[in-house]
Parts: sequence; structure tokens; C-alpha cells
Amino acid sequence: MTQTTSERYRVRPIRERRREWPFPFNLYQTAVGRKWVMAVTGIGLLGFVLIHMIGNLHVYEGPAKMHEYAESLRNLGSGIMPRSLILWLLRLGLMVMFALHLHSAITLKEMSRKSSLNATFQGGEKKYEGGREYIAANYASRTMRWTGPIIALFLFYHLADLTWGWWLGDDFVAGDPYHNLYSSLSRIPVAIFYVIANMALAWHIFHGAWSMFQSLGINNPKYNHLRKGFAASFAGLILLGNLSFPIMTQANLIDEDERLCQVDDLEGTDEILACLTKQLEDH
Amino acid sequence: MSEMITVNLKIWRQEGPDTKGVFEKYTQKVTTEASFLEMIDLLNEELNNQGLEPISIESDCREGICGTCGVMINGQAHGPRKATTTCQLHMREFSDGDEIVIEPFRAGSFPVIRDLVVDRSPFDQIIESGGYISVNTGAASDANLTPVPKEAADQAFDAAACIGCGACVAACPNSAAQLFTSAKLAHMALLPQGQAERWKRTESMVGTMEEFFGSCTNHGECHEACPKEISLDFIAFMNRDYMKAKVKNRALSGQR
Ligand code: HEM
Ligand code: SF4
Ligand code: FES
Repeated sequence: MTQTTSERYRVRPIRERRREWPFPFNLYQTAVGRKWVMAVTGIGLLGFVLIHMIGNLHVYEGPAKMHEYAESLRNLGSGIMPRSLILWLLRLGLMVMFALHLHSAITLKEMSRKSSLNATFQGGEKKYEGGREYIAANYASRTMRWTGPIIALFLFYHLADLTWGWWLGDDFVAGDPYHNLYSSLSRIPVAIFYVIANMALAWHIFHGAWSMFQSLGINNPKYNHLRKGFAASFAGLILLGNLSFPIMTQANLIDEDERLCQVDDLEGTDEILACLTKQLEDH
Repeated sequence: MSEMITVNLKIWRQEGPDTKGVFEKYTQKVTTEASFLEMIDLLNEELNNQGLEPISIESDCREGICGTCGVMINGQAHGPRKATTTCQLHMREFSDGDEIVIEPFRAGSFPVIRDLVVDRSPFDQIIESGGYISVNTGAASDANLTPVPKEAADQAFDAAACIGCGACVAACPNSAAQLFTSAKLAHMALLPQGQAERWKRTESMVGTMEEFFGSCTNHGECHEACPKEISLDFIAFMNRDYMKAKVKNRALSGQR
């Protein structure tokens, strides 16, 4: 030991300590603090995913109710604040959380890669010649950095598809989510893509929603046994809800045959939205 | 019941830190009563007799308490048996004709010194940066002068069981040293004697750890590899203490 710790043989650090940024930004300079940020933003994203899923269940109440739900999101806080302000603040918060979550994930992975340099580092983990029999690490925990990017790609597709209407073209009716959802998910390749992406999401949540407790130090023998169950149920719930949309569309349980405001019969977005509003009032 | 078996060994040979290593194949006949290290001793004796360079492998206590003997055996730190160091592993875990791949613990901050021996001194640097408590020397105080709840004492004892072998880092897909560092922090942070320097110690030891090792993603492989079965709970404990240390100003810690 004397030999190895004497100056000459001292193993050099892989990372130099940088000058500390002012509080609270210094937290993000450290790996433990950055992981904490990943967990907190992860919780925010979990909250979003849950509410988004529950909100979308309105689709089972028909086009008019779905339209009303979409409107009420835009009207959040109206009367006090300009219309859509709250919605935009929520969106901004989501974007910031997403960016931080992604940045922390990528940089921390890079840190692990650099810390394994004299080992073989492949596909996000260290390899041994004698094979590596994982005992605790499960498939979900080892694929976080694959499921993550799948979610990111899907998210982009999903926004372009149902928010911006890039792919639906003339079929896209801004403000009529039921119609857009039906038009999109009734195409088989799209339905399949949605199913795959949501399985990736559930997979990600399965590890993430447990891992975050450890990262945040939420650990006590009194409730530790509940944490994995919580993560599994959360992932299962999200999976069930989100998979129902493409599946029900394919099974024709979400369709437009019975629709009162037929998109093809009406001229332009305004008329369609007016028809939906009238339908709500008549109800 | 003892039995003679022949095992096919594939062992990492590397002359020094800066040379390239390769796997060499050997066969060894051995009784199942022998320990794993005794099997290597036999092989080394033969290599010696043939005028070849024996395999460098570290060991000291050979009773599972010093932490020097760790190697990867078939991709598992300290071999296939749970809660067992390499020196406490016996050949009865293997069968006749088995191939056994033996390689050094790998991590960027564990450079290979020779063959299976790696330099784990970054662990010493983590300890140096805060792994101590300050007490006044002089007349020894009465035993049990400071009351410690039994649960806390037990828990601290569990953490103190860490022998610093490095298996956690070797097994970790991220080469993170969270299990080691958190064990070294917890055995002091859980006891009254460790309180005075608790927050400074946490900041400084985690800081040093992060200079050398990767970032934990909560796989849990370290706990499975650990010969002392150190619990992942200590990692969460360390994370919590670290954030507290960073966020709170201790000058006013007496203030409710
Ligand atoms: C661009 C998409 C995403 C990427 C690239 C990504 C990546 C990652 C990575 C690499 C981790 C670390 C995994 C580990 O510790 O082993 C992680 C953790 C986590 N992710 Fe994501 N993620 C993404 C989206 C999401 C979304 C949409 C959610 C919410 C449903 C989410 C929730 C979580 C949670 C809760 C954690 C646990 C944090 C922790 O371990 O402390 N992630 N993410
Ligand atoms: S925590 Fe376990 S595996 Fe890691 S150094 Fe200590 S005894 Fe070895
Ligand atoms: S030689 Fe001491 S623990 Fe194995």
C-alpha cells in the first residue's frame, strides 16, 4: 500500500475538479446532484405522462367531449390570465424538464464510459471476456439508454403527427383531436409504431420509477418493499391506457361512422368546430 | 467428499501497466477440496518448475477479511458463490472439464499492475479525503459512555463490514464506486461519533469518488457481487446526505 499510494504511483483522477459554480447550479456539477436532477425531472415527466393518458381517455366519450377537453386545456386559468398562457407555461416547463433529463442522462453516461476506459465498453456497459452474467441488473435497467431515445423519437413523431399535422395533410383538423387521432391511428403502421413506442415508455418507467427513489435517497426499510411494486404498477397503468388507443382504433371501437359532425360533409375547420360546440350544447 | 477434477483455465497475462495483455490457456488437475487460490498456487508451482513466469495474483488473509484477492471468475467478481471472496471459494463449485476465465477487476481507475493484480489505490484516496473521525487522544473514555441505539449500531456494523475489495466497481456496468463509498460513509454517519464531520466528510468523499469513478444507475449489480453483501440502502443514504450537505448551511444547524 505504501508503494501504491506514494506520489509516484498515485493513480491520476479521470476528471479534474472544476471551479464550483454558485449555488444552486453547483449541484448540477456533481454526478450525485445531476442524478438528483434526472430523478426530479423524471418525476415531472411521469406526472405529465399520467395526466396525458388519463386526459386522453375522454376519447371514449366521443368527438364532442374530446373537443371540449382540448378546449379546457387551452382555457386553463382563463378569466385571470390570457387564454393558453397556462398551457404554454406547462409546455415550457415540460420542455425544460425534458432537456435537463436528456442532458443529465447523456453526460452521466459519458462519465461512466470515461471511467471504464481500460475496460471494454460496448453498448453502454463494461464487458468482460468471461461473459457477464447479470444478477440484479434487469433488462429494463440496462436498456434505459435505448428506451429513452425511442421515447424521444416517438415524441417528435407524435407532436408532428397530432399537434402540427405534418403527415395528415388535408385530413388534419386543428382543434378536433378525435378526428386526428382516428385518422392517424387507423393506419396500421402508425398503430404498430405507437404500440412499440409505448412499450419502450413502460419499460423505461419500470426501471426509472424505482431508480428515482434511490437517486433521491427516499429509502427506508419501512416502505422499501413497496417501491418496486409502485414502479411496476405505474408502468403497467400507463401501458394499459396508452395501448388502448391504437388497439381500440384498430378494433373499430374508436371510429367515425356514428359521428354527428362528419368532417367530409362540413366546409373548413371553423364549421367543424362550430358543429362540435353545438353538439355539446344540445347535449 | 473430495474428487480430482481437471479445469481448463483462461487467464489474463499482462506484464505491466503499459503493456498489452492477452489470455493464456492452462489446464490444472486439482482436488475439489482445494480453495481457488490453492488451485492457482499449484499452477504457479508448475510454471515455476518449468522456468516460466508465475501468474501474479494478490492475496493476504485468505479468510475473507482483507479484501486483496478479488478477480473476475467467469465474468463474476469473486466467482459464482454468493457472499464469498475469491480466497474463500472452493473448487467444489466447479466440475470436471469446466472452462474458467480469470481476469482482473476492470475500471478506468483500477490500472492493471501485473496479470490479475490491479491498483485499487483510488479507494485509499477516497478514504484519505474524509474517511475518519477526529477524537481527542489521552485517557480512554469509559466503554459505552456514548449511548448508541442497538439498531443503529447493527446497521453501522453492517456497513463497516466492507473490506474494500473493489468487486462493486468491477461488477458495475458503469464502473461506479457508490457501494464502497456509501458503506465507508454510513458506518460513521450512523454513529454519534461520526456526526461532527458528517457533512464535510460526505461532500469530500463523494467529490473524490467522482474524480475516479462512473455514475450510478441503480442496477444493483454491486450488491450481488459484494462478498460482504453491503446493502443498496447505503447508496440512497449517501445520496440523501450529500444533497443535505450541499443545500444546508451547517452554521445554523442548531436552529430548529
Ligand atoms: C428523450 C427521452 C428520454 C431519455 C433519453 C431518457 C433517458 C433516461 C436515462 C438514461 C435514465 C437513467 C437510467 C438509469 O438510471 O439507469 C433515465 C431515468 C429516468 N427517466 Fe428517462 N429518459 C427519457 C424520457 C423519460 C420520460 C418521458 C419519462 C417519464 C415518464 C422518464 C422518466 C424517468 C425516470 C423517473 C428516471 C429515473 C431517474 C433516476 O434514476 O433517478 N424519462 N432516463
Ligand atoms: S462494498 Fe462490498 S464489493 Fe465494494 S469494496 Fe466493499 S466489500 Fe468489496
Ligand atoms: S485474501 Fe483476504 S479477503 Fe481474500
